[in-house]
Amino acid sequence: MTDAGPLLAIRGLSVGLRRSSGVTPLVRDVSLDIAPGERVGLVGESGSGKSLTLLAVMGLLASPQLVVTGGSVRLAGTELVGAGDRVLRALRGSQVAMVYQDPMTSLDPVQRVGAQIAEGLRAHGTSRRAARERTLAVLAEVQLPDPPALARKYPHELSGGMRQRVMIAAALAGNPRLLLADEPTTALDVTIQRQILALVARLQQARNLAVLWVTHDLGVAAQFVQRLAVMYGGRVVEHGPTATVFSAPQHPYTAALLAAVPSTAGDRTALGQIPGSPPDPAALPPGCSFAPRCRQARPGCAEREPELEQRPGDVAAACFVPPAEWRS
Amino acid sequence: MTAPAPATGAPAAATGPVLAADALVKVYPPGSAGGQPMTAVAGVSLRLAERSCLGVVGESGCGKSTLARLLVGLEPPTSGTVLLQGRPLGAHRRAERARLLQLVSQDPFSSLNPRLTAGAAISEVLLVHRRVAGRQQAAARVTELLDMVSLRPDFARRLPHELSGGQAQRVAIARALAAEPQTLVLDEPTSALDVSVRAGIVNLLDRLRAELALSYLFISHDMAVIRQLSDQIGVMYAGRFVERGPWDAVMSAPLHPYTRALLAAVPAPQPDGSLLAGAEPAPAEPVAGEPGEAAAGAAGAAAAAVSSRAAASPATGCPYAPRCPLRIGQCVTADPPLVVVSGQHEAACYRAGEQDST
Repeated sequence: MTDAGPLLAIRGLSVGLRRSSGVTPLVRDVSLDIAPGERVGLVGESGSGKSLTLLAVMGLLASPQLVVTGGSVRLAGTELVGAGDRVLRALRGSQVAMVYQDPMTSLDPVQRVGAQIAEGLRAHGTSRRAARERTLAVLAEVQLPDPPALARKYPHELSGGMRQRVMIAAALAGNPRLLLADEPTTALDVTIQRQILALVARLQQARNLAVLWVTHDLGVAAQFVQRLAVMYGGRVVEHGPTATVFSAPQHPYTAALLAAVPSTAGDRTALGQIPGSPPDPAALPPGCSFAPRCRQARPGCAEREPELEQRPGDVAAACFVPPAEWRS
Repeated sequence: MTAPAPATGAPAAATGPVLAADALVKVYPPGSAGGQPMTAVAGVSLRLAERSCLGVVGESGCGKSTLARLLVGLEPPTSGTVLLQGRPLGAHRRAERARLLQLVSQDPFSSLNPRLTAGAAISEVLLVHRRVAGRQQAAARVTELLDMVSLRPDFARRLPHELSGGQAQRVAIARALAAEPQTLVLDEPTSALDVSVRAGIVNLLDRLRAELALSYLFISHDMAVIRQLSDQIGVMYAGRFVERGPWDAVMSAPLHPYTRALLAAVPAPQPDGSLLAGAEPAPAEPVAGEPGEAAAGAAGAAAAAVSSRAAASPATGCPYAPRCPLRIGQCVTADPPLVVVSGQHEAACYRAGEQDST
């Protein structure tokens, strides 16, 4: 194990759906590094492959038809792709933990929340008494009132925001170094979302926690992550520091997506539209997947797929057309 | 009508409101498990002026979708009246009502029969409401309606499962328009859609309103989408309007502390650090929504958030008081009415327009 280098290193990760007719590529050649204590976003629309990427990192692809078809995922030096259940189980909770959009997918409806958190700790060999103390401590850490009383409640007795806090408490109980988050605030009201984001930001800083946050919400990405990767058609099409990507997008898809978001301030003008719909992974267009919808597309775009290449300013984009030619 | 007239008129409208509600209340009886009756809508009056768009924004449980269902007659109110073109909703025959008012809901697939093609679904409405003379004319009109929502003519042959979410919402809108209504009640029509698709639907709705001289009651939890489309914006909390006024006034000079909290919570799509700035430490908030508990929250272990559900509201006083940074004694004893504060800008707050001290 090395302490320099990234905490999580994803290299050329590819995920496919195995069918009788062949393998449909759903995640293609995704590479991403996350340093200790860094907040990184994975942004895209539905079907872009962002959630699958996260699940593949965690070794939690839900069906036997979903397979990692290539690449490597190293967590603190340990290879996760192809690792056995024992290795993954030992890492989950203690090194890496995950929170989901719907807390009910990870919370057991018929078990009291305190017992659920303690159970995760016990699985890693913590004594009963220490697990209980730790449970009450993390419930307080996520700012739930009266932890002893709350620990005795069932998930259905809690509001949506409180359930998210419980899920975060459960994820953090084992002191992981990396938190993987799959749209955990998407189903919440905005005022509650704000509280949860503030909470995670505070915990992240206090614990020097690395966070990989998957979201379709560009506002959440803008406000919460330091660096982000934009996915389209299963690939990362742009990657860079959040401020740079938002102020000077390098990929026409990123630019179009930003123009499509309404704001609560500024001029009220028509929103930018992206014609057409995202590609069907089973029938990807030749060349760049975005070319059929891209206003900047040139003849060559439909022939070859552009590589994700580094550009000045620590950004990378997968596009043949220089931004200077289309940015006004 | 003797009720205080809320000012929601667009300047161009010389006629009465196309849709009006007077003191609407909807109380649901306790469920089979017992408990308290739930007041979903707690006295809403509104007027939708011809050719205008009233945006209704609020969080889950604020009663906005129940309001939509009352306004289109899907549910009867516990008390209060809905007036469509000046006549009580119940006084219109069903077909007549449908020609005046249509509902577009969040899930387009729920309003489309899975076995009917888009063309057949639209034709059905055309024929039932005798908007066309016969099948041949219906086919031509279907093409026109699809074109209106920017879908190619061949979409008429598609079944719902062959449509994307955005395409299905376009078909649902075309189907609603087939009856040639004057007014659309739109209940979160863009909430289930991806960013790039949502932009297309928002632009489409904006264009259709101008082209077809429609009036909209547009319901959403999304402040930015509401801002994009509305002439007037009404903010709902606990089953009532707590603020209402011209869109720019509500957005740029909100009067009610809840409106300000809502606006501050929207993550701006530019990295400016605005969302998390000032968000720490988490505001102390009581869990049961009882005013007396606020002090306990401030004592140390900060309490978690309450939802905005009407059920969690206190029995007396302003429903927002338990969460409100401007709360004073009066707020917990009497419920502030919605009153005009300036021009057409109304708020239900004893301290309307005062800045939050913290």
